[in-house]
Amino acid sequence: MKRSTIDIWVGVFVAIGFGGLLFLALKVGNLASFSTAEAYQLQAKFANIGGLKVRAAIKSAGVVVGRVSNVTFDNESYEAIVTFNVDAQYKFPRDTSAKILTSGLLGEQYVGLEAGGDGVMLKQGDRLRLTQSAVVLENLISQFLFNKAAEGKDTKDGK
Amino acid sequence: MASVPIVEIDKVSFGYDAARPVLHGVSLRIEPGSVVGIMGQSGCGKTTLLRIIAGWLKASAGATRVLGESVHELDSEGIYALRRKMGMLFQFGALFTDMTVFDNVAFQMREHTDLPPDLVHDLVMMKLEAVGLRGAAQRMPSELSGGMARRVALARAVALDPRLMLYDEPFTGLDPISLGVIARLIRTLNDSLGQTSIVVSHDVEECFGIVDYVYFVSAGRIVAEGKPDAMRRSGEAFVKQFVRGETDGPIPFHYPAPGYEADLAAAAVHG
Amino acid sequence: MPLLLCMAEPSLLTAVRQGLERLGQAAAAKIWRLGFAARFFVAILLNSGTALRRFRLIIREIYFAGVQSLVIILVSGLFVGMVLGLQGYDTLQRYGSSEALGVLVALSLVRELGPVIAGLLFASRAGSAITAEIGLMKATEQIAAMEMMAVDPIARVVAPRFWAGVISMPLLAALFSAMGIFGGYLVGVQLIGVDEGSFWSQMQSSVDVREDILNGVIKSLVFGVAVSWIAVFEGYDAPPTAEGVSGATTRTVVTSSLAILALDFVLTALMFTGGNGK
Repeated sequence: MKRSTIDIWVGVFVAIGFGGLLFLALKVGNLASFSTAEAYQLQAKFANIGGLKVRAAIKSAGVVVGRVSNVTFDNESYEAIVTFNVDAQYKFPRDTSAKILTSGLLGEQYVGLEAGGDGVMLKQGDRLRLTQSAVVLENLISQFLFNKAAEGKDTKDGK
Repeated sequence: MASVPIVEIDKVSFGYDAARPVLHGVSLRIEPGSVVGIMGQSGCGKTTLLRIIAGWLKASAGATRVLGESVHELDSEGIYALRRKMGMLFQFGALFTDMTVFDNVAFQMREHTDLPPDLVHDLVMMKLEAVGLRGAAQRMPSELSGGMARRVALARAVALDPRLMLYDEPFTGLDPISLGVIARLIRTLNDSLGQTSIVVSHDVEECFGIVDYVYFVSAGRIVAEGKPDAMRRSGEAFVKQFVRGETDGPIPFHYPAPGYEADLAAAAVHG
Repeated sequence: MPLLLCMAEPSLLTAVRQGLERLGQAAAAKIWRLGFAARFFVAILLNSGTALRRFRLIIREIYFAGVQSLVIILVSGLFVGMVLGLQGYDTLQRYGSSEALGVLVALSLVRELGPVIAGLLFASRAGSAITAEIGLMKATEQIAAMEMMAVDPIARVVAPRFWAGVISMPLLAALFSAMGIFGGYLVGVQLIGVDEGSFWSQMQSSVDVREDILNGVIKSLVFGVAVSWIAVFEGYDAPPTAEGVSGATTRTVVTSSLAILALDFVLTALMFTGGNGK
């Protein structure tokens, strides 16, 4: 009789232990959303990817449609090649453009897809032609300063 | 007695390290069916001798034959196989504190045999009945008195009907009644189960009451041997001192020390 | 000049030499012990057959190591998660990103705090108990009695406790993390009022099953092996006296805690600096 109480308790322990793991995997992690669904692979070249990381989200109209699977550097064009998987249930026209965007001012970066109007859809292994690089804050600031300086000069000249 | 001895030890020596030898060329023979006492002061090497017989310690010299096997030549598997034919009662019983009395006695049956639970139950009850503790089967060892624990340990040791029983100080720390019970049990179990027993002890009266033959060990040597009655009458100085518990004799009261006056003088200087 | 020094201060030289000798001996003893512990580990693995075949032995030990650690793990997890919720909110709201609270709580728990704190608690709750139990079994000759009964104590006593620890630890760590996330949710969403939807959705989009959760589980598994190994070794190696067992128990807690923290650093370095850490 003492044995069976031990068995029950150990059974309960193992059950809630696995329950905890399941909770972590499904509710906390993203196992439920992507791992099992089929996906097709696309590529895009960017002059600058900023802080884009592997596993960053691919979003279209704000919906997560895929994940970045690889980032490499192209020795010929001196550009970054971003490979990413898009969930098979989402289709995009061939002239879709890709942008590297930032969620919020300091948030993480993701790839935004903007669908075009072509009738032919993208398929496995295709490359997106229209891309827009990440906005690098330093460039933005220097551009701003440069503009300001030019503006100042204009007003001086105008005087 | 011309039969093959159960235990035969020939000129065995042993030391935990080279500088402090514990046994020097000990030889003894134990005949089947007998209860043999090994007696001596604490620390004289008698427990070491028992451990050599059990294959626990390896003698540095000499031959040890137990139940027809040369213990000093066995590998660990051979020793484990040999130990299945031996039982040992430890000084304080050494019951498994996390198991009931029943599980303690059933331990070896469950580990070494595939007996069905019903049969194990019956066998355990038989062993417990033999030591008079069938009623305590579901108790935990912590709920038993010292004497009862020793009896349970005895039941556990004889669970698989060993041919050779080793008793390491079975009388230590028991009240006179429990002591008498244990002593009688050792003798009756030995005779009814056809065992051979070795009792290591320093308890003269109880030991002499049950053994057929006694070896006296002192400082790693066997100094005397014989039947208990002969030992009582023995004129040998050590045996006389040991049996009568005299302070004066070959074993001095004082631990070896430099001269008393020199020690006192040294204290005075330091003071 | 050095020669002169030697002649002038022979006692100093002897003292230095003796000190070095003692240091060397201590180091040699430590290394000897480490080697012994490694051999013991191999012996456990080789003698695990009995325990794994008779799984009931392990179940019994899971009861003592795992089930009895459950309350302390759940309560600590809840409180750690609640503190993370409070502290995390305080920091995040300065940057106006308090909806990232879920991410912060979940990532810190799943990657680090879950395995590490659960491991430390496990070492002091279950590890010390295992050491004390085996040490006392040795001191009361129960181990010797078992050997006398031709039963290998490593197979019968040590291996089941070791495997019970290895099995319990990842489950306890997962429960700690889950409870902590719940605690963070209680404080963040219910008490402070962070938006519930963004709490969970941001968490889900940032916590990766393989990168974060699986690595956390691997960490806790490694800690489980380390703590169980240290605990059974210290118990088995303990001098069979009262102070021997108490010393071994203390050593189990201290050594396991250090081992957990050191291993955590090594594992974190191996796992999360692959260029895709967030």
